[in-house]
Amino acid sequence: MFNTLNEKLTAVFKGMRKQIRISEENIQDALKQVRIALLEADVNFKVVKRFIENVREKALGEAVLKSLTPDQVFIKIVHDELVNVLGGDDPAAKINLNSKPPTIIMMAGLQGAGKTTTSGKLAKFFMKTGKSVLLVAADVYRPAAIDQLEVLGKQIKADVYTDRNTKDVVKIATDALAHAKKTAKDLMIIDTAGRLHIDETLMDELVRTKDAVNPDEILFVADAMTGQDAVTVAKTFNDKLDATGIILTKMDGDARGGAALSIKEVTGKPLKFIAIGEKLEDFEQFYPDRMASRILGMGDIVSLVERAQDAIDPDEADDLASKIQKKGLDFEDMLKQFKMIKRMGSLESIMRLIPGLSAAGPMNVDDKQLKRIEAIIQSMTPHERKNAKVLNSSRKKRIARGSGSSVNDINKLCTQLEQMNKMMKRMKKKLGSGKDLSKMNMKDIFKNM
Amino acid sequence: MAFFDIFRKKKNETSVQVEQTEEETPQSPVGETSKSFFGKLKEGLSKTSDKFTGGLENIFLGRKTIDEDLLEELEELLITSDMGVQTSMKIIDSVRDEVSRKTLKDPAELKNSLKKKILEIINLDNTLNQVEEKPYMVIVVGVNGTGKTTSIAKLAKMFKDSGLKTVLAAGDTFRAAAVDQLAIWADRAGVPIIRQAEGSDPAAVIYDAVQSAKAKNFDVLIADTAGRLHNKFNLMKELEKIFRVIKKEMPAAPHEVLLVLDATSGQNALSQAKKFHEEVGITGIILTKLDGTAKGGAIIGIVDELKIPVKFIGFGEGMDDLRPFDAESFVEALFRTDINEADKG
Repeated sequence: MFNTLNEKLTAVFKGMRKQIRISEENIQDALKQVRIALLEADVNFKVVKRFIENVREKALGEAVLKSLTPDQVFIKIVHDELVNVLGGDDPAAKINLNSKPPTIIMMAGLQGAGKTTTSGKLAKFFMKTGKSVLLVAADVYRPAAIDQLEVLGKQIKADVYTDRNTKDVVKIATDALAHAKKTAKDLMIIDTAGRLHIDETLMDELVRTKDAVNPDEILFVADAMTGQDAVTVAKTFNDKLDATGIILTKMDGDARGGAALSIKEVTGKPLKFIAIGEKLEDFEQFYPDRMASRILGMGDIVSLVERAQDAIDPDEADDLASKIQKKGLDFEDMLKQFKMIKRMGSLESIMRLIPGLSAAGPMNVDDKQLKRIEAIIQSMTPHERKNAKVLNSSRKKRIARGSGSSVNDINKLCTQLEQMNKMMKRMKKKLGSGKDLSKMNMKDIFKNM
Repeated sequence: MAFFDIFRKKKNETSVQVEQTEEETPQSPVGETSKSFFGKLKEGLSKTSDKFTGGLENIFLGRKTIDEDLLEELEELLITSDMGVQTSMKIIDSVRDEVSRKTLKDPAELKNSLKKKILEIINLDNTLNQVEEKPYMVIVVGVNGTGKTTSIAKLAKMFKDSGLKTVLAAGDTFRAAAVDQLAIWADRAGVPIIRQAEGSDPAAVIYDAVQSAKAKNFDVLIADTAGRLHNKFNLMKELEKIFRVIKKEMPAAPHEVLLVLDATSGQNALSQAKKFHEEVGITGIILTKLDGTAKGGAIIGIVDELKIPVKFIGFGEGMDDLRPFDAESFVEALFRTDINEADKG
């Protein structure tokens, strides 16, 4: 499932590598693939349509940069547009704290979205910064919802306001506000009952609660797994309540979370937080770029491309590649490559960006290993670095001593170099001898690995 | 055959026609006015259908032939019901085939053809499994917030109303106050509950419940489980352990493994169904929250791919807002054109 959009786009643009501009003709199929990817990610149908139109406009005529392929440029346009729609660098994605405490936050959403748990998480989030929080149990309908909030309050040592004698939510909220003022709380978080957006009576109850306590924040809580209906639900809640922000829950699942785009698009309200786990600290701020990659199901090839662009001097890379192609890879080249890679960040962070790998589970790469290899190579004479063949056992012993490793390590490294050279030959054959390796892009290299 | 004919031997004693219970005036705990099952289902689905069929009618308006534009618009409509790109494309492609084979010409026939195709997919045998041993053990699983606990309460009431001695097991020992929540529902449904302290091992709770239900000669035992995201390795292993432990006491149990899916959810529902099925083997689906505006179309792709029947649908917070799934009325309601006509029914 991962990486499908990338693969499809690569296929779409295959054979167009020589075209330097994205044109009306070559964009059709690409847009179709993006459309499918977005729909499969549960972005609402109409939102997809608008989005595709914007991408088309932005992409047309975009020059394809040297060293990048049209599919890479295209996917970057799609990704950037998605980030842009999801909030860009909008600083509004913070909770507005009232200068006159308590800051009042009201939660609202459908049943089962995760309001109660999220209320607890939000409380904990603020308590970590030294704020005092009052949780208000205003879900008088769901059996044991009040108990649930009380248990959560106990877990995070937050006060919980309850009134089991009334079903009047407006009264609970106003009484709670008085209590919060009396006990000098910085914040109060009102947990409301889940309700259907079409349930007029219950929606009206929310409006009346809002009018009574005038919350600083009204957060619409939505399940990241929501499908096409997200637009209808979010729009109704927002129309009635004029929400100030959105929290996406169950982001630790494997839903692509297209609802985020739908909700943002129809409400225009910022996505503020995501809930990412069973524990109360599993809660963090919303990052548009991560969400964009997730919706597109693409790992984070964009960051990888960007990092590579920053770290690698294209001329240096060209020289290295054409040299390797002619003479094969030696230890000197290996050292140079390591340096380039190191400029891109830790190995693990690079691996994570590679689509597909991030889904494969925890990474088992050790940056120290790179260092050890560097030490070994640096213990070689320039001649040895260029001619691995001269490494006999006495040379190996010397290098081992010099680098603080064993002869066995050096043998391993020699084998690795041999394998890399073999692989390179295979790749050359596969691509045809006429092709210049330096013109290959990262993705092709990964594919051939 | 009656839906609650779960014991082979006792067929005649226990069978209670579903239609009979429909005529009762259901007591709703939140005090909403209840209607007949089909009335309610249609009402629930009408918000769905309004949009769906409203769109459908608009699409057909003034069309004399079935062309590519029409098919594309239809595909879009299917997608908006959460049917997913693949399933929608599959259905439209088979319509396209018929059109090119000239077996389908009239746009008016297209609606029936679509209806038939969806019905073909979801119309599986959805009666409950029959067994010869007691208790009849049902376990309910699903991701967080789909409505497991509420559905269990409603299920319990249905079994109880069918004359079966029913007991609940509070297997969600994880979520704060989940046990209390089920206890309140058990009270409303008038069935006992077997519970232990929050935080205890769910496998132990359910194992004890099986033993106890056996000893006390209960007909039906329904076990709740904590909501768990299907991609959480440890939580899925915990579920597997629960099943292992149950089998120690009753090798053929659980007799029904019901996965609760939220009609509001999109394509992730398929991923949920696949994973739960892989881990513990699902025997049926409960599709909840059909009283909203969500269409629940994701279910069509799921049933198509996994061949697991939808056994129940939930459409409200009332104790009686759960009914056996009826494929025909589901599709009928989905494609219904005249709202007034439905209200009469």
